[in-house]
Amino acid sequence: MADKRVGVDDMVSELRSGMTIGIGGWGSRRKPMAVVRAICRSDLTDLTVVAYGGPDVGLLCATGKVRKVVCGFVTLDSIALDPHWRAARQHGEVEVMEVDEGMFFLGLQAAAWRVPFLPTRAGLGSDVLSLNPELRLVRSPYDAASPFCRDAGDADVDLVAMPALHLDAAVVHVNRADTAGNGQVLSPDAFFDALFLGAAERRFVTTERFVENGHLADETHPLSSVPIHRMLTDAVAEARGGAHFTANPPDYGRDETFQKEYAAAAGDPADWERFAQRYVLVPEEEYQARVRERQGP
Amino acid sequence: MSEPGVTRAEFCVIACADAWRDAGEVMASPFGTIPALGARLAKLTFAPDLVLTDGEAALMVGAPPIATGPDGLMREAAMTYRTVFDVVWSGRRHIMMMASQIDRTGNQNISAVGPHDQPKVQLVGVRGAPGNSVNHPTSYWVPDHSVRTFVEHVDVVCGVGYARAAAAGPAATRYHDVRRVVSNLGVFDFETADRTMRLRSYHPGVRVEDIVAATGFTLTIPETVDETRLPTPEELDTIRVVLDPGSRRDREVKS
Repeated sequence: MADKRVGVDDMVSELRSGMTIGIGGWGSRRKPMAVVRAICRSDLTDLTVVAYGGPDVGLLCATGKVRKVVCGFVTLDSIALDPHWRAARQHGEVEVMEVDEGMFFLGLQAAAWRVPFLPTRAGLGSDVLSLNPELRLVRSPYDAASPFCRDAGDADVDLVAMPALHLDAAVVHVNRADTAGNGQVLSPDAFFDALFLGAAERRFVTTERFVENGHLADETHPLSSVPIHRMLTDAVAEARGGAHFTANPPDYGRDETFQKEYAAAAGDPADWERFAQRYVLVPEEEYQARVRERQGP
Repeated sequence: MSEPGVTRAEFCVIACADAWRDAGEVMASPFGTIPALGARLAKLTFAPDLVLTDGEAALMVGAPPIATGPDGLMREAAMTYRTVFDVVWSGRRHIMMMASQIDRTGNQNISAVGPHDQPKVQLVGVRGAPGNSVNHPTSYWVPDHSVRTFVEHVDVVCGVGYARAAAAGPAATRYHDVRRVVSNLGVFDFETADRTMRLRSYHPGVRVEDIVAATGFTLTIPETVDETRLPTPEELDTIRVVLDPGSRRDREVKS
């Protein structure tokens, strides 16, 4: 069985400017921040970011990596809005394809299932359709005479045809993984991480630590805590604290003090410069050392 | 007449709770402190079958005080975000979202103020509002009723109102039901012939003309409008002693 271990920087070296990149997690929860930080340090640019947005989107915007964001929201959870995202939007620096959260899920699902679209009511009547004029409706081919039409109200209806959201690459962060690329989520929600991987050409997983193949499940954690199987994974890297400062229980909660500092740094270019020099434009080991320093002995 | 002792925030809690009356076994998804108190109050009193999430990835047992931390909760089933969409699209849910703007036909905006390609104010994003509003009962909570929040036309239609749903056709209207709008001044619904907003009740201490002045469109005012109902002694006790002894409700709506 292949050993898929690589380093975080190896993953980022496979990315190219202009790519469409899916980022797992949700809001300020279990985001693959080690990879996000590595992208911030790289010379990549012009990226399209596809995410249930949190500080991943904010950091990438603040460091000028982003051309476009596909999302339903960007939030820091305990802080309603990411101020870096807000600033980038209000300065007109990034494009956005804003869709309903459920449409977003169906877009990933369609890509993972290799169908061009999936139908849904979500989006009908809303400005999601007028703001994204390339989105199309699809008419149900089942009329009232069809043996499959159980309910006349469903005959011939027009639904939103949510297009497949194809990704050039996707990255997710999990609590445990094995070297073959099976990934375990010990925090309460696996979110849409497996779908991000399923929708992508190149699939990257980072993990708090490695466990021997066959040992992810044990007496406390059933196999249902391993939603990512190795067919979804091209490469896996160890990244301790790799989701910091987002929430990644049971390994660690959200670092609220750090997040507040991150958000406050959006207020003034000089503050952001200081923050970026200290916490963004430094190698990951140095970042983690500075985080440990903050937390004290 | 203002009932001595009952605060504005408490009238708002009662108004929110009443939105879930007779809801049956559905997921109540409240946004904001006062809707959260309303949903819990409803579950503890007249709507015992309501299903509430822990705000993370589970359904919780009972209706604990709102200050309860994650360790103090008992959980009855998983409710991951993936599963939430199954609930939304099955219709077994009544959400109460917030609205940065809401208009006469019930369109709601939480995306952006000003032009969408370069907003004057970027808000959180459309979130699940488009899908929620065409799939299951949807109500709104606006803690700061003013001409800036109750507007003639919202800048971005996130939650879909009656006219937009009708224009989008039968798949949009089928399960569309903008049920109630609760603000710090009163309670509103769309039970008019043309499905535009109507004053349903005003909170004691508020004058109808104050509501009209704080609303940026023509509101239907029925010939007789009642005050928002008083909480029963049991309800008041449940709010004050059981659910919110720390008075978080007063931070959202000042007395």
